[in-house]
Amino acid sequence: MKSVVELHSISMKYQSLNGEINALENINFSVYDGEFVCIVGPSGCGKSTLLSIMSGLLAPTSGYILLNGERITGTSKKIGYMLQKDHLFEWRTILQNVLLGLEIQRSITPQAKERAEELLRTYGLIEFRDKYPNQLSGGMRQRAALIRTLMTDPEILLLDEAFSALDYQTRLAVSDDIYAIIKKEGKTAILVTHDIAEAISMANRVIILSKRPGTIKNIYEINLSCPERTPLNSREAPEFRHYFQSIWKELDIHV
Amino acid sequence: MSEPNSPILKALTRETSISPEHAAFLRKVKKKIMMVRLTQLTILVLAFALWEIFARLKIVDPFITSQPTRIIQTMVSLYREGVLFQHIGITCLETVIGFLLGTALGVMAAITLWWSNFLSEVMEPYLVILNSLPKIALGPVFIVWIGAGPVAIIVMTLAISLIVTILEVLNGFLSVDYEKIKLVQIFGGNKLQILTKVLLPASFPNIINALKVNVGLSWVGVIVGEFLVSKAGLGYLIVYGGQVFKLDLVMTSVVILGTAAAIMYQGVVYLERHILGKNQRGF
Repeated sequence: MKSVVELHSISMKYQSLNGEINALENINFSVYDGEFVCIVGPSGCGKSTLLSIMSGLLAPTSGYILLNGERITGTSKKIGYMLQKDHLFEWRTILQNVLLGLEIQRSITPQAKERAEELLRTYGLIEFRDKYPNQLSGGMRQRAALIRTLMTDPEILLLDEAFSALDYQTRLAVSDDIYAIIKKEGKTAILVTHDIAEAISMANRVIILSKRPGTIKNIYEINLSCPERTPLNSREAPEFRHYFQSIWKELDIHV
Repeated sequence: MSEPNSPILKALTRETSISPEHAAFLRKVKKKIMMVRLTQLTILVLAFALWEIFARLKIVDPFITSQPTRIIQTMVSLYREGVLFQHIGITCLETVIGFLLGTALGVMAAITLWWSNFLSEVMEPYLVILNSLPKIALGPVFIVWIGAGPVAIIVMTLAISLIVTILEVLNGFLSVDYEKIKLVQIFGGNKLQILTKVLLPASFPNIINALKVNVGLSWVGVIVGEFLVSKAGLGYLIVYGGQVFKLDLVMTSVVILGTAAAIMYQGVVYLERHILGKNQRGF
């Protein structure tokens, strides 16, 4: 299989007046085309830092990342990033929000607008194109945020706790929804989460990070015997709770 | 702004059939609004009526307190002399210029300070001192430097409103959710795009707030300026009236001033609602 992203001995140290914080140490892994990878770890293990480095927003202290064989040196159109909250701009209509990325990259064309409308139509938001974000439900907002990310046609999607701002029921429905869209668009995705069940339900592989300094503790291949792999179906699979148990033990969380 | 009646009016005029309970609720709310308005009006009328009656019955000395009828007479005589609108015009013009300049320069300065973190750290103690300094103390300095005239008055207005505007707008910029900025950066946006796509629209409520504060401060600046320079305008009429003990003139000017300031404030409120109504329905 072709690897889309390769991380080569990524380390990250934050400098502060109180000294140095060793956030990540020697992280190596690859993500293959069409794969869905989840990264879980205890809070403060540097999960989000890792995503920021992959997005090109943050330069690692050492190591490098290859995206389709090319080194990442800054933000790139090839990388889509979804944040915890949808961050739709209240002063823009849904269509204007969805076009934000292209507007910033100065590449709004009539074709791009058509594609935006097409995506909005496919994912059931077309009648909201001229509405403002506060007129949409939490799930619809997250879908609009995903379309905004998809509009720049990224090769890989980074999702930073993308569902954790939603309430539990909405979260289950939205992760099912977003998963289906990502699969339909054939995107490779990396999701950072602290929710073990969410990770198992969506991922082909789950990468477990240790406490700070974050290192890779283990990587689980998730093989579930369920008829059609969707996040909700996955939770029904008999292997689900075994994975849950082992990952839970691996995380070694104490209060 | 406290403007609770517009959605209620909308609800009242809604054509769809509403339940009797809802209709009763709306009637109750409408009644309360009317009662508030009525009481407000009553207080105003009562105050002026008592003022007039007490002055007529010589309970208070109208030479010192003036009285509503004498205020009207003064306005008429100023109008007949052809100077009423001249004085109002000069003061309003100075205020509007000071207000617009203060807002524009303040927003620009806030942008500059946001742009350069180094500059903003350097400027911080100066802004704190300038903010706490009573700017009126600088009045005589401006007059000596610039000369007694409208320009000195406008500079006085600027001195009073500028720092507050800078701080308010900068505060708005800094309180914008960092994740929103990150979003623009992820798409490869530069600093100018962060400013135009996120900061300015997101801190629009702060800018409007600064405008509202500035309306009041601009009037203070202009009146103080006119007190010091004293050639024309409402501030001049107040000082002159005080010096020659014509309290009718003083009171008349104060009444006109209050009316003009209220109109200008409402103008900003209208602007706010107009722009908000256009771009951010229900925001």
